Amino acid sequence: MNQLLMGNEAIALGAVKAGVNFVCGYPGTPSTEVLETISKHNKGDVYVEWSVNEKAAMEAAAGASYAGARVLMTCKQVGLNVAADPLMSLSYIGTNGGMVILVADDPGPISSQNEQDTRHFAEFSNLPVLDPSSPEEAFEMMQYAFELSEKTKLPVFFRPTTRICHACASIDVGDDKTVHTPSGFKKDPKWVIFPALSYRNHILLEDKQTEISDLFSTLKYNEISGDGKIGIAAGGVSYSYVKEALNNSGVSAKIFKVGTPYPFPEKLALEFLNSVDKVIVFEELDAVIENALIYLCGKHHLSCEIFGKNTKNVPNAGELSVEICEKSISEFFGIAYDKNVKPSDIPLPIRPPVLCAGCPHRASFYAAKLALKGQKAVFSGDIGCYTLGNAKPLDMVDTCLCMGAGITIAQGLHEIEKDTKNLAFIGDSTFFASGITGIVNAVYNNHDITVIILDNSTTAMTGHQPHPGTGVNLMRSPTECIDIEAVLKGLGVKHISVQNPLDLNASINAIKEATEFNGVSAVIFKSPCINLFKPTKKHIINEKCIGCKKCIREIGCPAIRPDGEKVSIDASLCNGCGLCSQICPINAIEEVSL
Amino acid sequence: MAVNDILICGVGGQGTVLASRLIASCCLKRGIFVRTAETIGMAQRGGCVVSHVRTDSKDKSSIIPFNTADLLIAFEPAEAVRCFPRLKEDAPVIVNSQAVVPVTSSIGGVQYDSDSIFDAIKSRENFVMINAGEIAEKAGSPKAVNVVLLGAAIGAGFLDITFDEMKVALSEMLPQKLHEINFKALSYGIDEVKK
Repeated sequence: MNQLLMGNEAIALGAVKAGVNFVCGYPGTPSTEVLETISKHNKGDVYVEWSVNEKAAMEAAAGASYAGARVLMTCKQVGLNVAADPLMSLSYIGTNGGMVILVADDPGPISSQNEQDTRHFAEFSNLPVLDPSSPEEAFEMMQYAFELSEKTKLPVFFRPTTRICHACASIDVGDDKTVHTPSGFKKDPKWVIFPALSYRNHILLEDKQTEISDLFSTLKYNEISGDGKIGIAAGGVSYSYVKEALNNSGVSAKIFKVGTPYPFPEKLALEFLNSVDKVIVFEELDAVIENALIYLCGKHHLSCEIFGKNTKNVPNAGELSVEICEKSISEFFGIAYDKNVKPSDIPLPIRPPVLCAGCPHRASFYAAKLALKGQKAVFSGDIGCYTLGNAKPLDMVDTCLCMGAGITIAQGLHEIEKDTKNLAFIGDSTFFASGITGIVNAVYNNHDITVIILDNSTTAMTGHQPHPGTGVNLMRSPTECIDIEAVLKGLGVKHISVQNPLDLNASINAIKEATEFNGVSAVIFKSPCINLFKPTKKHIINEKCIGCKKCIREIGCPAIRPDGEKVSIDASLCNGCGLCSQICPINAIEEVSL
Repeated sequence: MAVNDILICGVGGQGTVLASRLIASCCLKRGIFVRTAETIGMAQRGGCVVSHVRTDSKDKSSIIPFNTADLLIAFEPAEAVRCFPRLKEDAPVIVNSQAVVPVTSSIGGVQYDSDSIFDAIKSRENFVMINAGEIAEKAGSPKAVNVVLLGAAIGAGFLDITFDEMKVALSEMLPQKLHEINFKALSYGIDEVKK
């Protein structure tokens, strides 16, 4: 029976159908729903966890594979960087049970720091990568990924992009399912990496690349279709854009669909290149397929010309679309393209993502802003909802690089400019994922910084996953709740205060004291994400309002809006945090119980 | 389906995703292949959200190209206008008249120019504008705006789905305690445009 499945759900159900035994990962858009779906559909026969970060996940996954389990590890593209250390050696050691590393890339980028391309990581680590072109293909391909891993004894990359992960399609999952029984771990010197072993395995690994390339040339996910002397090569979601664009423009071309960008299916590619005079390549992110074709043309002295990102026929950043493909194809075929879009001539308001109404992070940022007013201070941010603290009027994120970087960037900044107060903001989940090492570094090297931990008891940005500080895990079983304050104490942080950020004056004082402390200091702002509870009160603006709009100017809460000469609070958005009532100069904002 | 490519737009948190899933569910029941694409992640937090629903779309991508959408269901007037470039020239639009003014406008960014936004909507050949929030509240929950608008699209004859089909989809996708409110929201939406 067909059901509407999101790409990530289809991928998850594909893994379950393949008899996956062990699943782990770290949340990150657009990959998160894969693990969530597996945990939701788990009948108790799959072990599934949110690991503390991607490195921990990759290593746990490797262990389970050594023991013969079918294993899936999930993360987003930048998460793979965190797991790069185990990955690069794991390709030499190899696997036992099928191991699939799902890394979701994010062209645009829509919800990410960068547009890195996991297909490069596949080539870098000498591991095969599967690149689905639709949610339904992803469902099938995921099942094949386990087979491929077991055949090659290598981890296999599975690389969907946002438009595959978050698109839905009619898919028939069926009832049958493979049952995979792990063989158990067998002691063998092959599991212990040593230089001599690495040398021997490197030779074998290089040989495998050709074998896999040959295998991929006959794989159904790579295929040549259509006719004509002009060729189009496409991979991932771009293949679906190309098909639709060709249908719209009515031209015919020979199409080379690439479902396995690495190892490149050279034999099939040669057949394609030998049948056409010129080729245009459509792929998002980097020119991986394009460069592989250029390489082949050079290697085999072919006269076929390759066009794409290198020749500026296709944009080299951002997402592709049917329109972009249609326009490039029309130009390439020398036919008129007149479908340009008329932009709206009405000025429309901009809607950047903002901290929710009542978000405790807003209160924490505002308190820090007031506490450091008039002082030379730099605020280092991090990755999570609180990156949104950069928006005006808060304007409280001066640096943001990657997960955990705020704490360590603050240290570098401070050593060069000692007269500056350096504050680093980090969320609770991020603290556990990659903040602790930075704090050890600060304590060990005696850096004079203040770390502000925004503890909202969840991983909010990616959809409220539990983390080591929440006392529950993904299987919803009770577990040790790791206490951030105790961790900081254990690491040797000498000044720690725990504060409710919704008490503005106390929060300002806590930050002042912390920043005046010489050495590493920390303020833990504890207040749950507003999505975790039902509000028990709201705030309203009474007739005393003089319309000064200080509440709007200072904190930018989306529930507070100008209402003629005065101001009003949208009751459907207000969560009763009460920050605005502490700012109003004439106490015109009052609390109402619900 | 009389229409194949349906756009649903609004502001993060308004319930556009459920609306697209409801339409898709009705299509599945008729054995029609359907694709949807939704905004999930960072952009959701009060940002612009657009859902694409494409029926009979086995050989298509999940995103509706510019100038080709057959129908727009807009949860917010400015977001309706933002989506116009994706519509066919004569595509009908259903718009909720309640404006959501973003913080950026309140603190000196591009102003929310209601007059020109409403003029642009009214200049379309085929539009229906209703106060879906008010109707939803009458039905029992301000959150039922999405179902009111689906009702309006059905009532206006823009969406080839019957009241009963949508009712089935609602009962399958929502918890029991919300059924009555949403059935009401659906029929109020239909009645509103039939008046």
